[in-house]
Amino acid sequence: MYALGVIVVALAIALGDWERIAFNFFNLEVMADMFPEVLTIAARNTILYTLMSFGIGLVGALALALMKLSSIAPYRAFAIGYIELFRGLPALITLILIGFGIPIAFDIRIPGGRVGAGVLGLSIVAAAYMAETIRAGIEAVPRGQSEAARSLGMSANRTMFTIVLPQAFRIVIPPLTNEMVLLIKDTSLFFVLGTTPLTKELTKFARDFMVEIRNATPLTVAALVYLAITLPLTWLVRRLEKKAAMSR
Amino acid sequence: MTAAIEIRDLCKCFGELEVLKGIDFEVAEGEVVCVIGPSGSGKSTLLRCVNRLEEATSGTILIEGEDMTDPDADVDRLRTRIGMVFQQFNLFPHLSVLKNLTIAQTKVLKRSQKEAEEVARAVLERVGLSDKVDEYPIRLSGGQQQRVAIARSLAMNPDMMLFDEPTSALDPELVGEVLDVMRKLAEEGMTMMVVTHEMSFAEEVADRVVFMDDGVVVEEGPPSVVLKDPQTERARRFLRMVRDK
Repeated sequence: MYALGVIVVALAIALGDWERIAFNFFNLEVMADMFPEVLTIAARNTILYTLMSFGIGLVGALALALMKLSSIAPYRAFAIGYIELFRGLPALITLILIGFGIPIAFDIRIPGGRVGAGVLGLSIVAAAYMAETIRAGIEAVPRGQSEAARSLGMSANRTMFTIVLPQAFRIVIPPLTNEMVLLIKDTSLFFVLGTTPLTKELTKFARDFMVEIRNATPLTVAALVYLAITLPLTWLVRRLEKKAAMSR
Repeated sequence: MTAAIEIRDLCKCFGELEVLKGIDFEVAEGEVVCVIGPSGSGKSTLLRCVNRLEEATSGTILIEGEDMTDPDADVDRLRTRIGMVFQQFNLFPHLSVLKNLTIAQTKVLKRSQKEAEEVARAVLERVGLSDKVDEYPIRLSGGQQQRVAIARSLAMNPDMMLFDEPTSALDPELVGEVLDVMRKLAEEGMTMMVVTHEMSFAEEVADRVVFMDDGVVVEEGPPSVVLKDPQTERARRFLRMVRDK
C-alpha cells in the first residue's frame, strides 16, 4: 500500500505542469497587487461580520436555550420549532430570506443595508446552532449546584444567572469556538446579497480579483488568510478541551 | 412555643412510588434530631421536603409557624432561615471560598460587601478554616469542603440547619472534623435535623432519634432508648446490621 502512494506522488510530480501551476496559483506579482486591500478590507470585513453575527447569535442562543428548558410549554415549542427550522435550512436560504424575501414582502429596509441583512441572517442561523450547545452546557451543571443556591434563598432566575450559567459557559467554550470557525466560513455567503468595493469579504474579494485578472492566485491568498484565522482558533479549542479534560 | 419545624401528615409520591406515607413530627427550637434508617426509607426525601427542594404531594410543613407548603408561600424568604448541608457539599466551584460565603448574603439578604465579608470571615473561623478564605473549592479536601459548606449556610444566620448525610461522601479519616463542627453547633443551641448513618454521633449529640423505614416513622425517642433498647423489631434489625459493619 505504501508503494502505491509513492508511485502516485511520483507520477503527479513527473506529469504536473509545474510552471503553469506556479503562474496561476502562486503568482507573486498578483499577490503583491492584492495587498494591502486583502487584509485592510477583505479580512477585516470577514472578521467583523463573524464577530457581529457571533455576538448577536450568542444572545439569541442563550434566550432560546432558556426557552427550551422553560417550564412554560409555548416557550419550549417555539424554541424547538426555531432550532429545528434554522438548522434544517441551508444558511443561504435564510440569508436570501432576510436580504430579499422579507424586504420585498413587507416593503421594509433592514437596518445596516446589505451588511446588516447578512449579519442578521447569519445571527439567526448561528443562534439555532449555539442554542443546543448552550442548553447542553446548562444541563451539564450538576443539579446540586442549583439546589444549594436555592436553599440559600436565591430565586430561580438569580440561581440561573449567578450560579448555573457561569459554569455552563465554561463547559461550552470549546464547542462555541468551533461554532465561530464555522461562522467565519459562512460569511462567504454574504456575496449573494450584493456588495460594494468596501463591503467585500475574503471570498468575494478573491473571486472578483480572480475574474478581473484571469489568474487563480487570489484564491490561494484567500485560502491562506482563512487558515491564518481559523487554525489558531482550532488550536485554541484543542488546548481548551485538553485543559478541561485535565481538570476533571 | 411554636416548633421550629412541624410536619403534619406529609406524603410524597414519585409517580407510582410512595416514598413518604404520612409523616408527623416536630423539631423544637434548639433541639437536635437525628433521622436514621435504611437507605430508601425516605429520610432524605423528608429532609428535602422541609425546605421544599422536593414538593410534598400532600400534608403540611410549618417553619416557625409559617406554612412552607402553601403554594403562595414566599419560599425564598423562608429558605434563608433554613440552612442546608448536602452529602456532595455542592460548593460553587467557579467562586472562591470567600465568594461562596458572601454571594447569597449580598444578593439575597442585601448585606453590604463589607458586612458580608466580615460575617464570612467570622463563620470560617468557627469552622476552623480562616486560612482558606481565598482558595477555590477544588483545592480543598472533602472534609474542608463540607466545613466551608456548613459555614456558607451559617453565614445566612439561619434559625435551623438541615444536614443530609453530611459525612457519607467523605473518606473515613475526614469524618471526624465535620462531626466536630456539627457537635459544636449543637452545643451552641442550633436547631438541627440530621439525616445520618453515624450512630455514635446520634447517640452522643441528638436530643431525639427518629427511626424511619419504608416511608413511615417507626420509632422515635431519646437516643438512649431508640439506639440502645429499640422497642420495634424493625429498628432492632436495622441497628444490628449497622453495628455489625
